[in-house]
Amino acid sequence: MELAISVIIIFMILGAIYAIHASDILSAVIAGGIVGYSLVICFLLLKAPDLAIVQIVVETITLIIMVAVVLDSSRTEAYGKFDSQAWVTAATAVVILAILFWFLKEASAPLAPFGENTMRMADAYVNGAVDKTGSVNLVTGVLFDFRGYDTLGEATVLVTAVLGVLTILRIRGRK
Amino acid sequence: MTVYWLCFILFLVGLYGVITRRNLIKIAISLSIMEFSCFLFLALIGYTEGGVAPIVDTADPVKTYVDPLPQAMVLTAIVIGLATTAMLMAVIIRIYRKYGTFDIREIKNLRG
Repeated sequence: MELAISVIIIFMILGAIYAIHASDILSAVIAGGIVGYSLVICFLLLKAPDLAIVQIVVETITLIIMVAVVLDSSRTEAYGKFDSQAWVTAATAVVILAILFWFLKEASAPLAPFGENTMRMADAYVNGAVDKTGSVNLVTGVLFDFRGYDTLGEATVLVTAVLGVLTILRIRGRK
Repeated sequence: MTVYWLCFILFLVGLYGVITRRNLIKIAISLSIMEFSCFLFLALIGYTEGGVAPIVDTADPVKTYVDPLPQAMVLTAIVIGLATTAMLMAVIIRIYRKYGTFDIREIKNLRG
């Protein structure tokens, strides 16, 4: 299981690198789709069917929005010459990545090895959840019963985002 | 442990894109790559070897389940990620209509 997931994550990393370096923006968007759809396969392998369903819908919508934006504007990326500012950005990137790598080494030490999750927190949700919530799907039970207010907040965020998009696209800029 | 490291490398690739690219669409793509790696990390933490999907079969209830708590959290985060991406693309298309370019350096020069 760990091997299969590792192979898919390596595939995702390659897709991400191509998406960042492609000279055509449309192929960058499509290569970004590689990452999203590979994530669906990972969720299925990790026994998370709810996540896979939601992710495939969300990824399709994101891809459609991005392709619409790209087709409505310019497709080529104008690479400037590699000036001094670009060297500063590249050096900053390397330093930040090195610091974060050290941070991961420190932070991942107390984690349980892959596949040996102890379910310390989840026992209360799993034991007797069917009697408490009446839902055989434990994820649905957590989302809509134990953490119902959380989901209400999520719906509020969605409504706010839709209102924001409508507002941004309808106003007329300064001439 | 290898999968955690690979997942973190995916996050770093996204961060590299956000820091070094000048094109707004590519910055948006890199942000969603970072998002995806976080979702994947949470799903990886919740996995139990030999566990089944957290759906209770009332006829045969004694089983090991995969941790349902990270899955519920990630489900919320995926939907909010869609909302932020849509908002970001709306802002980007407004910027393109005003300045005629996606390049953040040119937008900086044209300001005012």
